[in-house]
Amino acid sequence: MSVETHEGVHRHPAPTGFIRKYIFSIDHKVIGIQYIMLALAAVIVGMLMSLLMRMNLSWPGTSWPILATLFPTGAPGGQMTPEFYLSLVTMHGTIMVFFVLTTAPQGGFGNYFLPIQIGAEDMAFPYLNMLSFWVTLVGFIVILLAIFVEGNQGLGEWFAALGPSFRGGSGTVGPIGGWTGYAPLSALGRVAGPGQGAGMNLWVISIAIFCVGSLLGALNFITTLLNMRTKGMSLMRMPLTCWAWFTTAVLALLSFPVLLGGGILLLLDRIAGTSFFIPGGLYVSGLLSGSNPNFPLHTGGSPILWQHLFWFFGHPEVYIAILPGMGATSHILATFARKPVFGYRAMVFAIFAIGLLGFFVWGHHMFISGMSPYSAIAFSILTLSIGVPSAVKTFNWLGTLWGARIRFTTAMLFALGFVSLFVAGGITGLILGQSSLDLAMHDTYIVTAHFHLVMGVASIFGMFAATYFWFPKMFGRSMNEKIGKLHFWITFVGVYAIFVPMHVMGIQGMPRRYSSFGEYEFLASLHPLVVFVSVAAIITIAVQFLFYFNVFWSIFKGEKAGDNPWEATTLEWNTTSPPPHDNFAGVLPTVYHGPYEFAVPGAPNDYVMQTDLEAEVPGENGHNGHKH
Amino acid sequence: MATMVTSTRPPEIKKGAGTGPGLPGPNGNGSRRGGSFRDPEQHANRYRIGMWVALASVTMMFTSLSSAYIVRASSASDWIALPMPRVLIASTALILASSFTLEVARRKLKASLTKAYTQWVLVTVALGLAFLASQLSAWRQLSAAGLYLSSNPHSSFFYLLTGAHAVHLAGGLLGLVFLWLRSRWITTDAAVLKKRQASADAVSIYWHFMDALWIYLFLLLFLWR
Repeated sequence: MSVETHEGVHRHPAPTGFIRKYIFSIDHKVIGIQYIMLALAAVIVGMLMSLLMRMNLSWPGTSWPILATLFPTGAPGGQMTPEFYLSLVTMHGTIMVFFVLTTAPQGGFGNYFLPIQIGAEDMAFPYLNMLSFWVTLVGFIVILLAIFVEGNQGLGEWFAALGPSFRGGSGTVGPIGGWTGYAPLSALGRVAGPGQGAGMNLWVISIAIFCVGSLLGALNFITTLLNMRTKGMSLMRMPLTCWAWFTTAVLALLSFPVLLGGGILLLLDRIAGTSFFIPGGLYVSGLLSGSNPNFPLHTGGSPILWQHLFWFFGHPEVYIAILPGMGATSHILATFARKPVFGYRAMVFAIFAIGLLGFFVWGHHMFISGMSPYSAIAFSILTLSIGVPSAVKTFNWLGTLWGARIRFTTAMLFALGFVSLFVAGGITGLILGQSSLDLAMHDTYIVTAHFHLVMGVASIFGMFAATYFWFPKMFGRSMNEKIGKLHFWITFVGVYAIFVPMHVMGIQGMPRRYSSFGEYEFLASLHPLVVFVSVAAIITIAVQFLFYFNVFWSIFKGEKAGDNPWEATTLEWNTTSPPPHDNFAGVLPTVYHGPYEFAVPGAPNDYVMQTDLEAEVPGENGHNGHKH
Repeated sequence: MATMVTSTRPPEIKKGAGTGPGLPGPNGNGSRRGGSFRDPEQHANRYRIGMWVALASVTMMFTSLSSAYIVRASSASDWIALPMPRVLIASTALILASSFTLEVARRKLKASLTKAYTQWVLVTVALGLAFLASQLSAWRQLSAAGLYLSSNPHSSFFYLLTGAHAVHLAGGLLGLVFLWLRSRWITTDAAVLKKRQASADAVSIYWHFMDALWIYLFLLLFLWR
């Protein structure tokens, strides 16, 4: 370890073997790509699950022979059971929120670019960084196992042979409980019905493992940013991406432990007979608590307590998903508008304000839990006040674009799409954030539409923008712009076609998480809309494979990119594409400028890189163009 | 490799272009030779920063468990207060003593008395193990009296909170053992010694925190209600 300090930036020598280089790597760039690959795998699972749900909603009663083959108990004869549908809802939500929206933006792009953008040779704790990825991967494997143990088929049979506590319910593909796993049903165990057996245990364990992985990552991000900035990289010279990743890490650091605590309590209720969340006198599945050895006596627990603990984490979590997208969008808008970010300081404070306020609004998820109307008003006001920093960000994005000669690259299109989706999804937040309106709209499709637009699709757009933007740096080759633009336009129109009609459904009272609406006459007129949404979803999902093709084809066959193809200013564009093992080949850069010096009067290239010298500095060989 | 870094702008362009200040100002990163070496002192600081950051998350976890405790205790009719196992007073004394010995160890290290440092670290490890043994005997006392994890909410929280604390403390013991193993490696290299001091600081911050956390949990469990 003494090598660390003796050799300056060569804190760890470049690995040579395949395993140390690409699998158990401590290089933040490799770990970042590993996170992105994990998210790319998880998002396919989550996306195919949403496809199955749409099929069931729009063509009820249709028999799909392939489903009968794949899920004999979940879809006997090719028709999905309601339990199967509910477990799809659960797994889609859990996988998307945790293993896609939390891993790719932060663990993926943050890991790869935060150290480079602040001029560091790696994260502060490289081994911890490796550990956080592998812990997260174990969490993903456990959540996939949850699908199989609950099914009693194939792998499930094997698990069931281990003993009764490994036996799942019937007719499901996984635990049932939504991504929120509300108590008391989630706390009772198998007695509560299908989807509440071993799969649910694994669901809780997977979330707990994920919490640990995220905490290790957040610890590393914060320490790296505070301690490893290169010379001249003052806080207010950091790219907005770094501010976003930093704030995200702070949110993760303070919110994941709360979920971890709640998860431990939930698991103890499930397997150790405690009553943290289980109230007394519960009557479930025809059994009274305490009347049967399968359903021991529980008293005095508080199901609402779980909601508080969950949403204290859950609300910051949505900002964990979206803030990196905001950072990437600010960064990319400035680069392709060829203008400085409008109101850089205001952007920094807005990120922080959003993060801070995010900790005081969790009650708006619980307006119908029976909370006091006075607390509801307090939560409402705090929730609506998030509109202020959000509006600051939106106006500053527009200000950045104002009067610009925009370069419409695919990355820029996706960044513009992010702004559009953030506004479109955020507007309904102002409606749902008011307790009086939420009482009517809670658990309808308008909620589904709201959060999918603002935290789901918007963050995904942020990540698409980031992918197209940073791909040349990561792989030395550019992604195909023609395919990229096709991908953008179909996806952009597609997501609006999916989620705008859902607002209409929600206002008409269509409840979310129902597997069929056949019995509800007042919703019958909406069926054509439901079919329209499904068709739009199928097209949009199909187009994503174009993106996958573009990524994997471009890694090997894409057009070679230079070191700074976008004429950008920040430190990652100062090094080779891809960067060497220690990012800057032995000489840490020195920073002389703010991050977004575009359209500089008198400059020959219209932009000034952060490392460009302005005046000769006596006694410094800080000009990073020097290579000894 | 000469093309690795490109200057996109000749340096003769005068100050005033762009919005950024011209010269690199101090940013808390200390001085560095030519931008290619990290200052060992500053670099070792990451252990201390990382530890404080980690403790923020530990605090949040115990805050969430405490809030659950307070909510559960105030709403329930089934709360039966546990009799306090007397041995917990011994636990408290042991962990307070261990904080004291670790502080002595840290001072010895600062004074470059490596041998004394090693010995005091070992004394702290012994006190830490004694604390865990004492906690275990409190568990055995309660379970001998028929009070288990699921008996009533207070016993649930007792086992949970003491267990969670014990797991964290065991992590601290691993840290102490790491310090002890490191201290056996004799060196005069200033950078290594700086790193050693930083990791000793980090472990002792953690250990003192676990000490304070135990006192807090003790008060919460037996004085709150």
